[in-house]
Amino acid sequence: MAASKEAAPGTLTAASFGVGGLFVVGALISMFIAAGTHDSVMAFHATLFILFFVLGIFAIGKRHFDAQENPPEPPARDGIAYHDGPIRVATVASLFWGIAGFLAGLVIALQLAFPVLNFDLAWLNFGRLRPLHTSAVIFAFGGNALIATSLYVVQRTCKTRIAGDLAPWFIVWGYQLFIVLAATGYLLGVTQGKEYAEPEWYVDLWLTIVWVTYLLVFLFTLAKRKEPHIYVANWFYLAFIVTIAMLHLVNNAAVPVSLTSPKSYIIWSGVQDALIQWWYGHNAVGFFLTAGFLGMMYYFVPKRAERPVYSYRLSIVHFWALIFLYIWAGPHHLHYTALPDWAQTLGMTFSIMLWMPSWGGMINGLMTLSGAWDKLRTDPVIRMLVVSIAFYGMSTFEGPVMSIKAVNSLSHYTDWTIGHVHSGALGWVGFVTFGAIYCLVPWLWNRKQLYSLALVNWHFWIATLGIVLYITAMWVSGILQGLMWRAYDSLGFLEYSFVETVEAMHPFYVIRAMGGGLFLIGALIMAYNIYMTIQGRVREGEAMEPAPAGDGQLAAVGAK
Amino acid sequence: MTDTKHTDDVTGVDTTGHQWDDIRELNNPLPKWWVYSFYACIVWSVAYWIVMPAWPIFMNGAWTYTGGVIGYDQRVVVENDIAEVAAGRQVYMDQISAQDLPTIQQNVELMEVALAGGRAAFGDNCAPCHGSGAQGSTGYPNLNDDDWIWGGSLEDIHVTLKHGIRWEADDDTRFNEMPRYLTDEILTADQVSDVTDYVLTLSGTAETTEASARGSEIFARECTACHMDGGIGNRELGAPNLADAIWLYGGDRASVYESIANARAGQMPAWGDRLDPVTVKQLALYVHALGGGE
Repeated sequence: MAASKEAAPGTLTAASFGVGGLFVVGALISMFIAAGTHDSVMAFHATLFILFFVLGIFAIGKRHFDAQENPPEPPARDGIAYHDGPIRVATVASLFWGIAGFLAGLVIALQLAFPVLNFDLAWLNFGRLRPLHTSAVIFAFGGNALIATSLYVVQRTCKTRIAGDLAPWFIVWGYQLFIVLAATGYLLGVTQGKEYAEPEWYVDLWLTIVWVTYLLVFLFTLAKRKEPHIYVANWFYLAFIVTIAMLHLVNNAAVPVSLTSPKSYIIWSGVQDALIQWWYGHNAVGFFLTAGFLGMMYYFVPKRAERPVYSYRLSIVHFWALIFLYIWAGPHHLHYTALPDWAQTLGMTFSIMLWMPSWGGMINGLMTLSGAWDKLRTDPVIRMLVVSIAFYGMSTFEGPVMSIKAVNSLSHYTDWTIGHVHSGALGWVGFVTFGAIYCLVPWLWNRKQLYSLALVNWHFWIATLGIVLYITAMWVSGILQGLMWRAYDSLGFLEYSFVETVEAMHPFYVIRAMGGGLFLIGALIMAYNIYMTIQGRVREGEAMEPAPAGDGQLAAVGAK
Repeated sequence: MTDTKHTDDVTGVDTTGHQWDDIRELNNPLPKWWVYSFYACIVWSVAYWIVMPAWPIFMNGAWTYTGGVIGYDQRVVVENDIAEVAAGRQVYMDQISAQDLPTIQQNVELMEVALAGGRAAFGDNCAPCHGSGAQGSTGYPNLNDDDWIWGGSLEDIHVTLKHGIRWEADDDTRFNEMPRYLTDEILTADQVSDVTDYVLTLSGTAETTEASARGSEIFARECTACHMDGGIGNRELGAPNLADAIWLYGGDRASVYESIANARAGQMPAWGDRLDPVTVKQLALYVHALGGGE
């Protein structure tokens, strides 16, 4: 798919015709499935595919004529014509899906506190909205943020335009199609019932095509880099892309009932299925939510702080230790189950050994601020990034603690786990993404500064308060729940029935929903701020402090 | 612009000379505390592997695993724990099993055990329908009051628990079937309406009217065989008392009309098939002691 060197970006090449041809084939296959299926959801999804391919063909053509009529984007200060169009789309998509995902989370939090909010509607009930929430925040919000930042960072740190011409566009829009297929499937009741891997076989196949394109684009960009070394952020991004591909393929290995049926059967069974599911599930945390976002941190923290990375040696050692150890830790999700003792032992001990490699990233992130701590007072974006690293450190300590079998026997299946996940998801993933987007948007849209740093500050405090409410409520609730479940009287009879433990959770569920509501309000403030920034506005009374920019930013930065 | 080492002004540390998009790296060593903590975690893990079951190995032509020096086996631990609890209360369980219900009720010490066991079993098995306080809800009777459909004596409660209500898998289940007066076209809609008005007068919920007077005649013909004159009910047949203003499916006019028009026929599982006999006995004693027991 790589454009030839001579062709202006956007004009038709042999590769464009190849992609167009594949889209025609794709549309024909989709029509065949839409016509042949007896399943209404499959027909709907096949129609979405047809729409995607047809719009894709039009977009390729339109791009060709636009490229002939309009001058190409100006190169950055360093003279390189970076390819930022797809990155802008992914950045906006990340925010859009983020708000949708936070809203879904707030709704299901309220449903747990007030079950009447299920409204007895199949497509609004907790069971369907919960995967909608988790997929929206992890894969749609987080995934788009990772795609946007990785494509941005790899170009700047390799000093080269991204490989491929249509391919980056295909990655971004193909990924949005994956999100829409997955989300509508959940609401209409299509799921393969694997946590964090709910989409059915045809959606999995589509993601595989998109993801392999992503991997190839990333690799070819690294291959044509103009820098002698590969920057640490790119190691993490590459580890994330490669490992997610592997996990996705193995965990979703399934046999469809027929080519026109959305239903499939996973080839794994019994405890082996459970182990593969949690090998996948835990490394979705490890490589999607940790390695990928560490890549983000390693670019945006030193960039925003304008300080060198604390220790090159630490980055090497903690990278390899993290990559090697993380992949073993999955069995700690299956303590005290049918999983053999030896596998539980390995899952637990590798989780303990993972503690310091995880903290290596925290040390490198925080210590990068040495010499620039004063910016915590003046720059709310830095404050957001630093607090994200603090939450990263806290949840990567809490994780190994919870993997210890004695602790796990209390914490497992309780809200403590939910609290742990959200200190990582809201605190680490959310805040580092917000920080990165606040940096990225002025650079991508060639604006000299954000619309308002004061609004960033409001976002920061409201969202932080929300996280604190959320995780403290879940700690109390989870430990209370675990203690109530295991309470026996002197004769070995249970003290509490399950429903009594559910009743005891109610106040904490209400507090948790309030925390989630605050986090959503923060994100809405951010969306407004980003919208106004893209419009090129600066709020009255804002100090004129241009966002730090390097050679990789457009030459016109500061001119608008 | 790359690969030129320089010294960072703020910290006085050398950089590695690498530079990417203006980002440099300091050449700091690994923090000592970090390295030693990492080593400590590894040493602890290796020790844990020696003590506990840990690594799969191929030995003598088959896969097995290193068992660890203390011979830990999770299944054995759980089995022992359960056996220990069971042994601790075995003496009481044997007595509950051997004695009949009224005898157990006279034994204060044994009753303490039976009520604790019954309460735990109730929470796990009965509370989902009857509520954690046995307060009931629409379609599920309140077990604290004096209003019993199939009888409130210890023996009656025990039979109901053991064989269930309208539970087809159990031959001895409590069974009756009220006709669906409107659906099966035994009565017209007007007649059902009249009977509804009459039934509501039985508990003093409504005044006597012309309609209820007409309903009274139909009631005498169709309903008294089971619900008896005056609607006082018949526990032998499981026909609820209609005169006590306690309603299983609601006492408003629309609910009573619906009950007559379509009947209700709720079910309860036969717990004798699901729980051991001692637990069912404990449940009978517990429910009887809730306050309504006769």
